[in-house]
Amino acid sequence: MFDVATVRKDFPVLEREVHGRPLVYLDSAATSQTPQQVIDACTRIHAEHNSNVHRGVHALAEEATEAYEAARAAIARFVGVDASGVVFTKNTSEAFNLVAHSYARRRLGPGDILLATQMEHHSNIVPWQLVAPEAGFELRYVPVTAEGYLDREAFDAIVATGRVKLLAVTAMSNVLGTLNPVAELAGAVRAANEDAIVVVDGAQSVPHVGTDLAALNADLLCFSGHKMLGPSGIGVLAGHWDLLESMPPFLGGGEMILDVTLEGSRFKQAPYKFEAGTPPYVEAIGLGEAVAYLERLGMTNVRAHEVELLERALPALRGVEGVSVHGPSDPAQRGAAVSFSVEGLHPHDLGTVMDREGVAVRAGHHCAKPLMRALGASATTRASFYVYNTLDEVDALVDAIEATQRFFRP
Amino acid sequence: MSLDDLYMEIILDHYRNPRNRSGELEGHDVHVHHSNPLCGDELDLRVRLRDGQIDGLAYDGDGCSISMASASVMSEVVIGRKVADAEDLAEAFRLMMHGEGVGRQEDLGDGVVFEGVAKFPVRVKCALLGWMALKDALNTHSEGGQAHSVTHE
Repeated sequence: MFDVATVRKDFPVLEREVHGRPLVYLDSAATSQTPQQVIDACTRIHAEHNSNVHRGVHALAEEATEAYEAARAAIARFVGVDASGVVFTKNTSEAFNLVAHSYARRRLGPGDILLATQMEHHSNIVPWQLVAPEAGFELRYVPVTAEGYLDREAFDAIVATGRVKLLAVTAMSNVLGTLNPVAELAGAVRAANEDAIVVVDGAQSVPHVGTDLAALNADLLCFSGHKMLGPSGIGVLAGHWDLLESMPPFLGGGEMILDVTLEGSRFKQAPYKFEAGTPPYVEAIGLGEAVAYLERLGMTNVRAHEVELLERALPALRGVEGVSVHGPSDPAQRGAAVSFSVEGLHPHDLGTVMDREGVAVRAGHHCAKPLMRALGASATTRASFYVYNTLDEVDALVDAIEATQRFFRP
Repeated sequence: MSLDDLYMEIILDHYRNPRNRSGELEGHDVHVHHSNPLCGDELDLRVRLRDGQIDGLAYDGDGCSISMASASVMSEVVIGRKVADAEDLAEAFRLMMHGEGVGRQEDLGDGVVFEGVAKFPVRVKCALLGWMALKDALNTHSEGGQAHSVTHE
């Protein structure tokens, strides 16, 4: 296990104060903080090797390209795919849009079902909605139980139709924290339709739980750098090269072509055919460094640390009068994003008053409005933990909730 | 800028003891529903008009203390006023929330305490929700409508 105090020293922002109080940052599920190692890696590119990648023959171009491709290889290893199976995107949303346009729109049609779930982030709903009318496939959703699990009976019933041709599911809910049994779901979908593919939203899971595409029994995996200690502006679509190569380009432009004439163009192979224009190479290199940082900590240790925080947080939150915690109660079934509601208090009031205590939490619908409707809440408050959070910060969270309750008490 | 600027005692009072808060209003002429998807705030506003005057008004909703207290204050301030006058007050409130000074200070009544909310940019929309709904209700009615739904961006 790593030493949290040592880890914290790597994150300069954690030294700052907010409204005169030490920052207690509990919003890593939205954006995680950045260790000095990642900041340095990005600075080093700017200061020493800055150049466009895959262009030019000068030394800087070669150095930048080498660092960019090394980052691709490191990120690929981190999720169990070949380097040729890593496409750099802007974020998870863009990765899903790529799959929607280059796969779903072309390979699914009338009679086919694209099966998502009610607990998906908007990034795993809206891209499918955009292409469904033109492609003619049916978009369906697995409902969520009161405990925050996917409704397996409803899932099985839809899968039994044999018409599910794409399963799009999150490995971890950004609201409920639920860790979904992706491999099992994928197996069921494949058993009912051997042509089906499985696309996983790893935006919340990849930063927190060791991930291997084969172990997930998945074909494609989408995730973002800024939730896993990396910079913003970089995301990943990871998958099997054969599948990626079978898909046409999504965005067109510079760099992704073999040849361009005024009549038409020929494209590079995957992953490069999906990387039009100058890529966010500084951010990609930063993400590579973030992955190296997480590997040094060890993903098993990261998970164990977060379970320890959850084991303190879940009972403590439930112990506060008027607080209800959404999602699974068993830490083994969930990740470290904890949404809760406080009777009589709107999340924005909670968020504002807690902020004055130095505690940063997320208040709102978490880009999961269909799930909010299912929960019967217009918004929730979410505390999310990561490698740098401490048990003392869990206590600070609980104290801040109680302070807010006192503040608003009639 | 302190929490007290945001949550002045008057605001907390309206939040704890809302005035004219109801999901019904007998004989209402217009009903608008306003939501703010960012916060998840939802507000229903019903207005009864007689002789160019706001004869009755009721709001109900699900939102933060700022949005609900502001709607409560708004209801107290505008009931009994001429439509044009209420619209003018709504505009004065809007300008105040955008830091452009407090016009019609006396007529705004408890509404002036929301000036402190202007220092919290992310909460300005909350304070404006009820007043935006009022403007929309009056406008909808003037155009012959009875119901309107608005989602704020």
